[in-house]
Parts: sequence; structure tokens; C-alpha cells
Amino acid sequence: MIAAIRTRTVLVVGAGPAGLAAARAARERGASVILLDASDATGGQYWRHLPPSRPSANERALHHGWSTYRALHDELERDDGCEIVLGAQVWAIERTDASDVTDASGGADASAVTDASASTDAATVPAPVAVHVLVGPPDGTRRVGRTFRPDALVLATGAHDRTLPFPGWDLPGVFTAGAAQAFAKGERVALGGRVVVAGAGPFLLPVAASVAATGAKVLGVYEASRVAGLVRGWLPKPWQLIGAAKKGGELAGYVGSHLRHRIPYVTGRAVVAAHGADRVEAVTIAEVDADWAPIAGTERRVETDAVCVSHGFTPRLELPIAAGCELTPERFVRVDDGQRTSVAGVYAAGEITGIGGVDAALAEGEIAGHVAAGGSARDADLGAAVGARRTFAGFAARIEAAHGIRSGWTSWLDDDTLVCRCEEVPYGRLRDTREATCGSGLRSMKLTTRAGLGICQGRICGRTVEELLGAGPDVGGEDDAGHAASAGLETAAGGLFDRRSDAGGLLDRRATTDRRPIASPLRIGELAAAEDPTTSTTHTVRKGHP
Amino acid sequence: MPARPVPAHRDPIRPGAATPIVISIDGDPVSGVEGQTIAGVVLATGRLAWRRTSVDGRPRGLFCGIGVCFDCIVTVNGERDVRACQRRAGDGDVVESQHDELPEAAR
Ligand SMILES: Cc1cc2nc3c(=O)[nH]c(=O)nc-3n(C[C@H](O)[C@H](O)[C@H](O)COP(=O)(O)OP(=O)(O)OC[C@H]3O[C@@H](n4cnc5c(N)ncnc54)[C@H](O)[C@@H]3O)c2cc1C
Ligand code: FES
Repeated sequence: MIAAIRTRTVLVVGAGPAGLAAARAARERGASVILLDASDATGGQYWRHLPPSRPSANERALHHGWSTYRALHDELERDDGCEIVLGAQVWAIERTDASDVTDASGGADASAVTDASASTDAATVPAPVAVHVLVGPPDGTRRVGRTFRPDALVLATGAHDRTLPFPGWDLPGVFTAGAAQAFAKGERVALGGRVVVAGAGPFLLPVAASVAATGAKVLGVYEASRVAGLVRGWLPKPWQLIGAAKKGGELAGYVGSHLRHRIPYVTGRAVVAAHGADRVEAVTIAEVDADWAPIAGTERRVETDAVCVSHGFTPRLELPIAAGCELTPERFVRVDDGQRTSVAGVYAAGEITGIGGVDAALAEGEIAGHVAAGGSARDADLGAAVGARRTFAGFAARIEAAHGIRSGWTSWLDDDTLVCRCEEVPYGRLRDTREATCGSGLRSMKLTTRAGLGICQGRICGRTVEELLGAGPDVGGEDDAGHAASAGLETAAGGLFDRRSDAGGLLDRRATTDRRPIASPLRIGELAAAEDPTTSTTHTVRKGHP
Repeated sequence: MPARPVPAHRDPIRPGAATPIVISIDGDPVSGVEGQTIAGVVLATGRLAWRRTSVDGRPRGLFCGIGVCFDCIVTVNGERDVRACQRRAGDGDVVESQHDELPEAAR
């Protein structure tokens, strides 16, 4: 193929494994690359590490694939054709072709996603997006606004932990498992001395290993799924569990570390309550059935000073949704074999396309970057990445089968267990509202209870509230204001306001909880400063806290 | 044993020298090292909570650790609502915990 005359610009959002691999592949194919991350370091969640001001002789001891990371990072940093912008919070993506925005609610229609063999035409059409960014210290008042209009956009924003509520989960000393991991790797802080790790999924193992390596005692890893479920999920392709954990080495590392530290790994158990006055002092651990309902009489009280709980991951979908990308029924970004989304010129890779672990993220990132730069998924130099991606195909489905959240968990809730931590909405109120209104629709129930409308914009409780209200993702029939409200964008007590009259209301009616046209809270002053006069829309944003 | 820094002499990564800093938290001086987040500095002292919620006045501190939940927000040098788990501490930073009462009408 004849090289394009003008150098293509590829903007990559997210500098985790997927984004780093995308940036390098796009560079290798000759594009000019801008790589953004909200954090002040590259590496994402997986390779979160100490800042340069805290040097050490052997940081690799905390990581798997550290040399892969260093090579990716160093190569991009040396490369004049790649601009790395850190402390860069993407707060909105705007469609520049509003008239062409399609209603993604017809999610079952895969025709919008074309086959990679359909040539590289899509790559010659610039992505119809403007990407708005604030650069500076997190939540600072004097960040600098920048707007990018790249030829191609690669979204690699990853995922965050999903933690289900339980009585006492709002006590200080209860953390997500990711917090324990992040503070072990990125701060060298042990969150407690006697630590309980609980929830569901293979991620609990590296968390326990990291916590143990801070010198804390891990009292146990309590996995809610039962052995039968784990076998059902993993048995058809047990090598995936191994392969996912770095071809055996990483898993062996975890198992070894567990033996060395004598950490019990117990299945069919859940933390069903945390106790303490102003901080956690103990938890109740109960046996749960295959549905995750606690079995009466099996409760055991364990003294602890830190509880790290995660029940899976939630992909960070607000940017793909704002760009108009279609989602799958499982609520990941739908991509084809070239990592193209349903929006021409917009690509996605890593955890936002399915929970696949670091190797899948690297492979998908490489393919996305290569194709975004004008290549084809069939090019010979992508062979290894395409093969690696195939290895992990179905991985997310296996995790879901083995460790997916089961409905019985709701029976460990009390009436006064907070469901929405920001707005302090207890389960009893949510349930009463559902009963009183006969489930009148997620949006109005959220407005009545305020659940999911706080400063975190429903990131922590959004999907839980959907499930508790029995509503599932919203389906159609809402106006734009309603969407903004249910996306947490209009908190009366002073959170965040959004009165855009753009076509956003049409973008995706199936996933209002994940929809946040303003992807991160920002202050009016900053917004004014960041406003790009050429793309100005009528919106007002106010930042504050109830 | 509550939250605390990994003791340097026992840390397998063999940490090198770091630059000490002092910040104040609600008027109390707290020492840390350059590169720690504000949450890292506070947690290293064993303190788990630095905010009171609006409705029930309950204590909160770190929850997600990666900038998602906003439980950890503090006022830094007069700037409100700064996520303590995301903002690196700077020498001399004045950090105040937040307790935002609800307006009467919202109670
Ligand atoms: C706290 C945490 C710890 C984890 N630790 C492990 C582990 O030890 N082992 C393991 O196997 N898996 C771990 N995981 C799972 C992990 O997400 C994946 O293995 C891997 O990091 C996924 O890579 P990614 O590139 O898709 O996303 P990520 O690594 O999550 O990278 C996404 C990047 O996008 C950036 N970003 C997101 N939104 C924006 C925005 N609006 N503007 C600018 N930047 C943005 C983020 O700052 C982040 O750096 C962890 C997950 C979490 C949440
Ligand atoms: S602890 Fe969640 S944002 Fe800081």
C-alpha cells in the first residue's frame, strides 16, 4: 500500500498496557501519536509504580512484565513522534458530526461494525470527534484546557473495581481490592496489619500477594464463588486461567506467595458485614450458596483492621459512549477484528472491550494502534498480536461464568446499609421507593431517592442501583434532561450540572448509568478557560460537593 | 497494627533516599516524602478517615484508591474537593478535612 501523503495523527487515551501498546504500534506504522493519561505516570492500573522522586533498587519485585513496561515506556518517551501528555484528564468527547449520530440502542445490529477485510478506507476518514482535556494537577483550579481533533482516536480507559455493598462497607478501613493494590504498588503503604481480602475473581490473588508483600498479614482470601462454579467456568479451557496469568509464571508466583505467606484461599465464602464504631474492627464471614446467599448458622466473626473487597470490574465507558460507540449486550465496547468501534476512526482496546487481563490488553492495543495508523488487522507484522488476542477470546465470558455476581448477595443487605455512598442512600429507602412506585423506571426512582446522583456520578453504585431497582439498564423513552440526570449530571446539592442540548440523548439508551457526558467533575472557572470557542456549546458546569 | 508505610529496611524493592516533606492536616504538621499522595501521607500516620459525610456525619477516608469514588476529597491550599488519593503532597501544603453540612431545605 502507498503510504499516506500526510502523516496521520492518532490520539490514544489511557496509558495503561493497552494504550502504551497502541501508541507504539501506531508509531511503528508511521503515524504521529499523542498519548494522554489522567495520571502523572504511564503504566495504568497494572503497572502502577512509585514516582521518580522515590527511587529504588528493585521495584521490579512488585511487578510482572516490568521489562515489557519499561521498554514500551522508554521507547515512547525517547520518540519525538510521540507526545506523552500526563495529568491530562479527558473530560468530554464531542461528536463533530452531530447529524450523523446514530441511536446506538439498536445494539444487536452488528452491521455498523465492519469487517477488517473491508480495506483501510475507514482509516482515511478522520474521527468525527473533538476530545476536550484539562492538563494539570488532579482537581486543580488552574489546569490548562486543550482540545484535540485527531485523525484517529484509540480509547483505552480500562476499568475500575466493582464492590457490592454490605452492612458496614462505608466504615473507614474497608477498601476496594484495587485500593490495596494501588497503595501497595504506588505508595508502599500497607492499608492494615491484619487484612481480609474478599469478593470474587482471579484479581483477588495478585491483591493478596501485593498486600502480603507490604508485610501485612493476609488472614485469608474469601472467594464467593464455589468450587463447582469455578470448575464450570474454567474447566472447558483451564489453560486460560494459567495463560491469563502470564503463561503459568504469574499464577505460580501467586500460588507460591500464598504458600510462603500461608494465606488460606477459601471458596464459597463472603464478607457479609463489617463492624466497628469509627473504623473497621471485625468482619462477619459467612458461607454462601451457589447463588451467593449467605447460609444461616455459618457466620464467623474475624478481627481485622483492613478489608479489601472487589466483586469484579466495571469498564470505564463514559468516553466511548460520548463518542457514540456501540456497546455489546454485556456492556463492553463493541469492536471488530481491527479493534474498530462502530464509529469510523474510533478504536478501543483493553478492559473497556472485555475483561481479558494484561496480555489481552497489550495485544488489542497493538492491533488498535496499527489499524488506527492506517494498517490492516491482516498485516503480517500483527500476526503475534492477533494470535495472542485469539488466546484470550472468551476470557471475559469465563470470568463471568466462574466468578460473576450472583443474585443472592442482596440477602446480606440491611435496611440501613448504604447503597449510594455519596448521597448516603440506604437500601431500605431504595426498596420502599421501588415498591411505592411499582418500579416506575430507573430514572424517576433515582431522582426520588438520589441514589447514584452524587459526586462520583454513579461509578461506584450505578450498576448496583440498577440491579436493586430491578430496572436493568434503561431502555428508551427518555428526554435529554432525563439522561443527564440519571447519568449523575444534575445534583441539586451542588455536584455537577450539565445542560447541553447536543445530540447526546440519542447516543445510547441502554446504558444511562455508564453515560456521563462530562467525564469528570470540573469547576466553572476551568470550564470557561477550557472552552474552545470554535466548538462552544451551551453548557454550564458547577463543581462543589453537597 | 493500622495502616502504615512499608518499613524501608524490610522492603524487597530496596528503596533509595527520598526527600522529606511536611504538610499540615487540620493544623497538625505531618511528615512524609516527596511523591506520596496526600492520602498516602495521612494513611502512613495510621489515620484512616479525614472527611465527615453530609447527611449522617460519618467518617470517610480512602475507598477506591484510584480516583473513582471521591470519598477521599479534601481541601488543599484553599482548593476544595481535591481527591487525596490522586494529588501528590507538596512540601508545606495546607490540607483541611471537609464536612459539608447539607442546606436546611435538603434535610
Ligand atoms: C486498581 C486496579 C489494580 C489492578 N491491578 C491488577 C493486577 O495487579 N494484576 C492484574 O492482572 N490486573 C490488575 N488490574 C486489572 C487491570 O485493569 C488490567 O489487567 C490492565 O491494567 C488493563 O489494562 P488497560 O490498558 O485496559 O487499562 P488500565 O491499566 O486501567 O489503563 C487505563 C488508563 O486510562 C486512564 N484514563 C481513564 N479514563 C481517563 C480519562 N477520562 N482521561 C484520561 N485518562 C483516563 C487511566 O488513568 C488509566 O491509566 C487492576 C485493576 C484495577 C482497577
Ligand atoms: S479513594 Fe476513591 S477517589 Fe480517592
